Amino acid sequence: MAASGIDKALGISPQVLALRTQRMNLLTANIANADTPNYKARDIDFRSALEQAKTSLAQLNMTNTRHMPLAGSAEQPTVMFRQPLQESTNGNTVDAQSEHAAFMENAMRYQASLQLLDNRIKGIKNAIKGEA
Amino acid sequence: MSLFDAMDIAGTSLSAQTVRLNAIASNMANANTVSSTPEDTYKAKTPLFKAVLESQLSGDASQMGVQIDRIEELGDEPRAEFNPGHPLADENGYIYRPDIDVATEMVNMMQASRSFQNSIEAINTAKQLAMRTLTLGK
Repeated sequence: MAASGIDKALGISPQVLALRTQRMNLLTANIANADTPNYKARDIDFRSALEQAKTSLAQLNMTNTRHMPLAGSAEQPTVMFRQPLQESTNGNTVDAQSEHAAFMENAMRYQASLQLLDNRIKGIKNAIKGEA
Repeated sequence: MSLFDAMDIAGTSLSAQTVRLNAIASNMANANTVSSTPEDTYKAKTPLFKAVLESQLSGDASQMGVQIDRIEELGDEPRAEFNPGHPLADENGYIYRPDIDVATEMVNMMQASRSFQNSIEAINTAKQLAMRTLTLGK
């Protein structure tokens, strides 16, 4: 069970990174389709998606000693359509500015989680090596 | 589901916007092309975008890229111009020019280049994040 010990030490960061990646793909799709007629902007509610990812991890039943715990994959989050502030005449609901802001925010938070994960890994490495 | 998907999606946008820029360039280049009959006159072209599931491009089902659906020819009537001295004038002395508004095309071009830049930026950010993830724990 050494692997799950390390998993535990890594905390929730792997799930966060997986979700951030998913959200990034969605936001990229929104930016890419900024000029596509009738395209509807989509996003995920990060809080509930993370909650989902956490509970789905906790619910995993391990009935055999050789069962492996679920790796840091966030469950497919619920994708929702964005409510447009102002709809354009071609039925497109992408607001390029807010999508950009959300994209950058998501990237920053991804880096923050990455930094946390990095520090934890360094801590574990130090513990393994027995260095100060 | 990886950071490379983001690059793929933004990449579809780059190629779509390139087609759009090509169409605009073609329209502007032919804005002053004259001909002897209305039928032969150059028709302005405009590409129509379509959201396409990334699964049709690679494997993932949840992400949408963009693709050129088709290229439409705008049905604007050519402008007839009375110019009997022109070598291409018909028997009534008319030549025909395509009804292309260069200002509209310029605006369209700026929009396309902005969208292109946006996608490039998305790719760059995805690349930076991927690079940082690769050096995790070093």
